Amino acid sequence: MVKDHKMGWKDLPEGDRLEAGTAANFKTGDWRSEKPVWNKDKCIQCMICWIDCPDSAIIIKDGKVAGIDYDHCKGCGICAKECPPKVRAITMEKEKK
Amino acid sequence: MVQTTTKNGIIVAKTGNEIMAEAMRQIAPDVVAAYPITPATEIVQIFSQFVADGLVPTEFVAVESEHSAMSACIGSSAAGARTMTGTSSQGLALMHEMLYIAAGLRLPIVVALVNRALSSPINIHGDHSDTMGSRDAGWIQIYSENSQEAYDNLIQAIRIAEKAKIPAMVTTDGFIISHCMEVVEKIPDEDVKKFIGEYKPERPLLDYKKPFSVGAIDLQDYYFEHRYQLIDAMEKAKPIVLEVAEDFKKEFNREYGFYEKYKMDDADIAIVVIGSAAGTAKVAVDDIRKKGVKAGLIKLRVFRPFPHKELAQELSNLKAVAVLDRCDSNSGAPAPLYLEVTSALYTHCKSECPKVINYVYGLGGRDIDLHHIAYVYDMLGKIKTGTQIKKVVNYVNLR
Repeated sequence: MVKDHKMGWKDLPEGDRLEAGTAANFKTGDWRSEKPVWNKDKCIQCMICWIDCPDSAIIIKDGKVAGIDYDHCKGCGICAKECPPKVRAITMEKEKK
Repeated sequence: MVQTTTKNGIIVAKTGNEIMAEAMRQIAPDVVAAYPITPATEIVQIFSQFVADGLVPTEFVAVESEHSAMSACIGSSAAGARTMTGTSSQGLALMHEMLYIAAGLRLPIVVALVNRALSSPINIHGDHSDTMGSRDAGWIQIYSENSQEAYDNLIQAIRIAEKAKIPAMVTTDGFIISHCMEVVEKIPDEDVKKFIGEYKPERPLLDYKKPFSVGAIDLQDYYFEHRYQLIDAMEKAKPIVLEVAEDFKKEFNREYGFYEKYKMDDADIAIVVIGSAAGTAKVAVDDIRKKGVKAGLIKLRVFRPFPHKELAQELSNLKAVAVLDRCDSNSGAPAPLYLEVTSALYTHCKSECPKVINYVYGLGGRDIDLHHIAYVYDMLGKIKTGTQIKKVVNYVNLR
């Protein structure tokens, strides 16, 4: 029998509680059909994509947008839609199979 | 003159609802979210007046339904607030899905509940169909015979729920207790506060320095373990119930346990009953004992957790037992309390079990009087001397 390393009832926190931030441990970005592509040169650092991304998939380094976290981005396209029309620093592209 | 059982006791005349509202004022929970429903309306109505008059610092949330009431209670309790509500019948039924969530999240919400029949047909009077419908929801259930017990039980329930980390409901029989004025001995405010203590939640959601999620999806991997935690907690709630009762007796000189035994020491036949009918049954026991019948009574107070081992021990030496249910399970089989009692006897009886018969009574508030209970004891006398039980489930005062 394969040994199960999952926590038993005595070790689990009571009452269906999960510590914050554990979603980062699960790579959930593998079923995108389209992906956002960020153009560093066009970006004006308005941070609207960072505010609007529902999956916290906009990577920030030193207070600035530095790219997209494709391990967690689901390709919803909100960032591309909300990126100001005159800037268009994020565009959606078909995900290659 | 009515004597108090404690030095500082205050004698008042209150209905069941009035005294439950008074207990809530003394408990002074952080949050009460409630929706009115007959016959429990008065509890939260009176309490909301206390809030409006500044007599209690509680945040009162008037919601749009009982489903919302329990949802708001769950949010508030998860945030770390001492939380209470009141409801009855259809209201409890509307809360049903949220009851399981409150228990699963291990939130010590306390409900002042008035037992009432379930529709259809519409009926506002007392029977136990509502709370028996949520008997497997993972809630502690404490039933009261009269206003005094309702008051004492509600105060004890706060401590039981918070220690066991399981929600609790304390019930009275609709109208029979909820609207009947009785003499009740109140405890002074400061003594209630001292008895229940300050609520210190283990892990409140508002602790932003240690953030966490509650109520996440929990599939084949962990659901079973989380539910087992609740099963284990309900088992562990038993000594907590007794511990709180013992402390209550020490402080206020009134005795409570899983059940009350009435003239059981030498009894060979007995009735097991829940709630207000126990008062009538005690008088019936006194009457029948004058004729030399060794009749006894067990009034169950705590239905969840169910004291199966203890109850079986009390009953195992009897010759015949009648279980009176103010509820039917509509199952083609006996009613809930009968099922629990016979299962307890079958599990724990060492040799011969007593014969057990089921009487369903009082649905929709139908009266049960001394003659009905005397008839049940007569039947028990016959069963004791060898009469076969032809029908297991019988219906009292049904035309």
